[in-house]
Amino acid sequence: MTSLPDPVGAKRLGLVIDLDICVGCHACAVNCKEWNAGGIAAPLTDLDPYGAEPTGVWFNRVHSFEVGEGASGRTVHFPRSCLHCAEPACVTVCPTGASYKRAEDGIVLVDEDLCIGCKLCSWACPYGAREFDEDVGVMKKCTLCIDRIYNETFDPADRVPACVATCPVSARHFGDLGDPGSAVSQMVAERGGYDLMPEMGYAPTNKYLPPRPRKASAGCTGALAELAPAIPARSSGLLGWIDQLLSR
Amino acid sequence: MHPSFSVIFFTTASGAGYGLLALLGVLAPLGVVPHRTLFAFVALGLALGLITAGLLSSTFHLGRPERALRAFSQWRSSWLSREGVASVATYIPAGLFAALWVFSGIVSPLLGFLAAAGAVVTVICTAMIYRSLKPIQRWHNGWVVPNYLAFALMTGVLWLGLLLQLFGAGKDGLAWVALGAIVLATVLKLGYWRFIDTSSSASTAESATGLGALGKVRLFEAPHTSENYLLKEMGFRIARKHAAKLRRIAFLLAFALPFVLSLVPLLAMGWPAALAALLAAPLATIGVLTERWLFFAEAKHAVMLYYGAARA
Repeated sequence: MTSLPDPVGAKRLGLVIDLDICVGCHACAVNCKEWNAGGIAAPLTDLDPYGAEPTGVWFNRVHSFEVGEGASGRTVHFPRSCLHCAEPACVTVCPTGASYKRAEDGIVLVDEDLCIGCKLCSWACPYGAREFDEDVGVMKKCTLCIDRIYNETFDPADRVPACVATCPVSARHFGDLGDPGSAVSQMVAERGGYDLMPEMGYAPTNKYLPPRPRKASAGCTGALAELAPAIPARSSGLLGWIDQLLSR
Repeated sequence: MHPSFSVIFFTTASGAGYGLLALLGVLAPLGVVPHRTLFAFVALGLALGLITAGLLSSTFHLGRPERALRAFSQWRSSWLSREGVASVATYIPAGLFAALWVFSGIVSPLLGFLAAAGAVVTVICTAMIYRSLKPIQRWHNGWVVPNYLAFALMTGVLWLGLLLQLFGAGKDGLAWVALGAIVLATVLKLGYWRFIDTSSSASTAESATGLGALGKVRLFEAPHTSENYLLKEMGFRIARKHAAKLRRIAFLLAFALPFVLSLVPLLAMGWPAALAALLAAPLATIGVLTERWLFFAEAKHAVMLYYGAARA
């Protein structure tokens, strides 16, 4: 059923991505591909994988942006994947019922046995979360690693999405964003986590944490205050005379 | 957006077919068109043939066309599903209307009206598929539904004019309807083009990334080195000069020439009127195909903001 679940459950599983920490290593994207090429959405077909124009299905893509100008400019690495929106138009446009949002945890999934491959859901998503598998003829998307997070054969510590498990700098966090007391919700509250394209009205579950303000001077690097500018710019007396002599 | 030929052919052919069906459903009970069996057979055959060819064509772009029947299930939420249901539901009154007229010479006003209503509803559903997509600002606006309706009416009335001329039953009144429909479609299309040229999405690279507070956002490095599905499907770009040229071609074929040709029956009946009608309908249909190609090719998707697009 592609109507949205009613009533909606309180639980909203999702990701929090810290743009201050992400180093753009693409490990999340690669481990996502690795896990999901064998998971419930398998295969994630690659066409012409060793040729000149390889193309294939990925659920996670890491963009790198330049933001700001000149000395205040910075590079921000930006992982992009399904945001498991509260108002997912990708679900409601689906003519077959293949696309659905789970009432119990808010995860948006595709039932590949029902999908006719009309691609309308991918048109309805402003975030580019869905990629069509040309070989299988159906749409595929991030499952929030539903086959990991509820997998009781895993140690509890490993019951997180593959992208979160692999991130070497802990820029990705998984949890219940519907619970204001959860670690991810508190992180969002403390750091000012935000929605992507809020003007679309899709109410994404996933949140992004903004890069922290940049340190403006050397004195802010964390060194002890008394070690900060060690040598005064001008000295007087004998030392000042020697300094001037040597500075010539 | 990638212009997929099967969808362009579908919306053009079924639009013309539904326009013709709606006109026959309304005008036949009013006695404006001949009640001859052969006319009914040819006219309704053309209308239902165009509709059916279009609907079949629309299944060609599916990844799994063998599952197409499932698309009728989600009419509560999906305009695509509603379109499917409306198109099939329209066959019932249209088929009965045609069967009664062709086989027993009865022109049922009720069935004609229901077929016409079904035709209008189906065209609205088709347009709403595009109109409802928020990430594509050039589709998500008030111009789209009136444009689809006006184009269905215009091509429908031109094909009806051709049939009436072939059956030697040309009408001055219909020529005026054709001229009115062409002017309406022209005004709505020019309005749409003006709208898309002078407006853009509220979304920007800054809102897409949420990094606007830090300054202007530019793509530094794309996530992949070759094209992916998103770039092929949503990243289609047409050079501005080509778009301008194609708009002129569409304007000439869909509006200007059919308008001039539709004036002929008002000035001279007989073979000049027949020749003009024979030219007007196919030319307008080619013009609408061009316009429909542009409708896709000029549409920009918000996801391209993540791939360095300046505006969406």
